[in-house]
Amino acid sequence: MTVPSTQTVVYEWLRHDKKFPHVWCPGCGLGILLGALVRALAASGLTKDQVALVSGIGCAGRLPVYVDVGSIHTTHGRALTFATGIKLSKPELTVVVVMGDGDAMAIGGNHLIHAARRNLDLVAVVVNNRTFGMTGGQFSPTTPMGAKTTTALYGHIEPEFDIAAVCATAGAALVARSTVYHVDRLERLLLQALQKKGFSVVEVMSPCYTNFGRQNLMASHVVMMKQLKEQGIPVERWQKMSEIERRGSFPLGVLVDRDLPGYLDSYREVCKTAAKLRSEGKI
Amino acid sequence: MIKRQARLLQGNEAIVHGALAAGCNFFAGYPITPSSEIMELMSRELPVRGDVFIQMEDEIASLGACIGAGLAGRKAMTATSGPGFSLMQENFGYACMAETPVVVVNVMRAGPSTGMPTNVAQGDVQQARWGTHGDHPCIALCPSTVAECYELTVVAFNHAERFRTPVVLLSDEMVAHTREKVVLPHPEDVEVIDRRRPTVPPDWYVPYKTDGSLIPRLADLGEGYRYHVTGLTHDERGFPTRRLDEVQQFYTRLFAKISRQFHYLENVKDYYLDDCELLIIAYGCSARSARAAVRLGRERGLKVGLLQLLSLWPFPRRPVSEALNGKIAVLVPELNLGQLRREVLRVNDGRTAVIGLNKLDGTMITPEEILTRLRVIK
Ligand SMILES: Cc1ncc(C[n+]2csc(CCOP(=O)(O)OP(=O)(O)O)c2C)c(N)n1
Ligand code: SF4
Repeated sequence: MTVPSTQTVVYEWLRHDKKFPHVWCPGCGLGILLGALVRALAASGLTKDQVALVSGIGCAGRLPVYVDVGSIHTTHGRALTFATGIKLSKPELTVVVVMGDGDAMAIGGNHLIHAARRNLDLVAVVVNNRTFGMTGGQFSPTTPMGAKTTTALYGHIEPEFDIAAVCATAGAALVARSTVYHVDRLERLLLQALQKKGFSVVEVMSPCYTNFGRQNLMASHVVMMKQLKEQGIPVERWQKMSEIERRGSFPLGVLVDRDLPGYLDSYREVCKTAAKLRSEGKI
Repeated sequence: MIKRQARLLQGNEAIVHGALAAGCNFFAGYPITPSSEIMELMSRELPVRGDVFIQMEDEIASLGACIGAGLAGRKAMTATSGPGFSLMQENFGYACMAETPVVVVNVMRAGPSTGMPTNVAQGDVQQARWGTHGDHPCIALCPSTVAECYELTVVAFNHAERFRTPVVLLSDEMVAHTREKVVLPHPEDVEVIDRRRPTVPPDWYVPYKTDGSLIPRLADLGEGYRYHVTGLTHDERGFPTRRLDEVQQFYTRLFAKISRQFHYLENVKDYYLDDCELLIIAYGCSARSARAAVRLGRERGLKVGLLQLLSLWPFPRRPVSEALNGKIAVLVPELNLGQLRREVLRVNDGRTAVIGLNKLDGTMITPEEILTRLRVIK
């Protein structure tokens, strides 16, 4: 198979009738994710008709509208619930869910852990920019302690959630992390998630200079990109590091990959049992 | 023709039978008294048919899953009661905005908050109309018997499909848990309406473009029609817009698709209205007491009649207005402090006395209470 050029992929997978330019700020990581996602989709061999892209509300939630697939921009935090209904209704569809950290972990945290536990075959892409971008830089569940936000003017006093760790604990089949700086790795991980059976999560660390960086006296989005480059350490190396060396950094790559009974397979068994019992007159 | 057997059913069970007859093939819910029997029976029946049942983590998730399923071509339903209905409101508005067919059953119990979970009330009448934020059209139906539970569930699905909109079935604890003898129609005799799907090839499909009906055709997700769905105001292509002309056109159509069909949506029954001087307007469990009161009153020589409302929203103005003509007085018994009476008052416009009979203690209004009030009025 010849690998199609990026231009071909972009031309093929982005909508032509959608009015560009997109809504994102200059220097935002979401455009990089959009590129990586469509390249991963193209590489997966799926056709556009086989994919549904679902999102919640926020800057990240605006991603699906640009992609030429069935795209559903839902309510804040609830994207996974809509996706659950879609996947159960049309199991042959590949359903990808794009959420921000507030979307996925604050208002939608309950849905995220239950989706991971249920292990329905969905791909969750959580864009972690450590803030509520769209609403103007308030703190989110992943904002680091001490950071300044529009609702923590004196410094943030709550500890942060590790999204990947939460999903791993809740039972996801695949958990991975990358940053928008490590874009090749991001593309590979997205492809792996698309091919994985079961619930997979890709956490994508991304800069929000407009609403997070500026408040925290970072010089530019370029500085924030450099930071992501330094903070993200391949998991193989990270595992060998001491607690002290790990401080301020996070592991990249596949953090969990396990084979678990999938919800759809189990539900098909339920249907078989129910039909059998009915035919025997037992229910 | 197969002879249909009479069966002893609960209101909640009849809702499930009605839903299945209407083609329901997706249910997502979260347990809550007094609606749980609907969910339990669905969990037994849907897997037998190879269709989808799922218990979600809360009511927000339940309606979210139903909307997703509705977009993917399913006939989806969820069932809940007060607290869960409150949680569903945001996604309910989404279904209005994205024009997604879905049926939401709210079995009313005494509220607000946890209230009296096992006691009857009719306090969610205005919530059904205005529960979600923003101005929006709404269809709500209200059964008073087990047979009506069956019939109106079928109607609810048909309206949802025909109008591409969420429909509320407003039952109550008394109707839900009453067992009555019903003869269910043969499934083939049930009129079932399906959404209109596009007939043009995918390349020509403009998801929110409409013909004279004002109701756009809905393609199942994943069938080659790639389109965008959003809760933001959108243009004909489904893409977000704030352009004045597009926004205005969108809202106008959203309301007009339902307001134009008021006559079709009106659903009332009348008892002894011909020579009636004292009118009762009632719905749900209170209509049961009202029917009994009319029978007793007639035996005692009182010229009393009942207009029962089976459709609450859009409010059936025309039949209510006609029934009000020439009456000495109108009594509106309901298990709230007058939520429907205010609608009757608006239609009445000073013509006759509109009197409430209201209760909030979790018990039914009795026929004798209605008769006593009527005697006082007379
Ligand atoms: C129920 C509800 N509450 C609040 C909001 C307002 N709101 C919109 S986006 C957002 C947070 C977005 O943050 P995040 O999910 O991290 O996404 P980002 O914008 O950073 O990509 C909030 C609170 C909303 N739309 N709905
Ligand atoms: S506010 Fe932040 S997250 Fe939103 S588009 Fe701008 S840079 Fe990106």
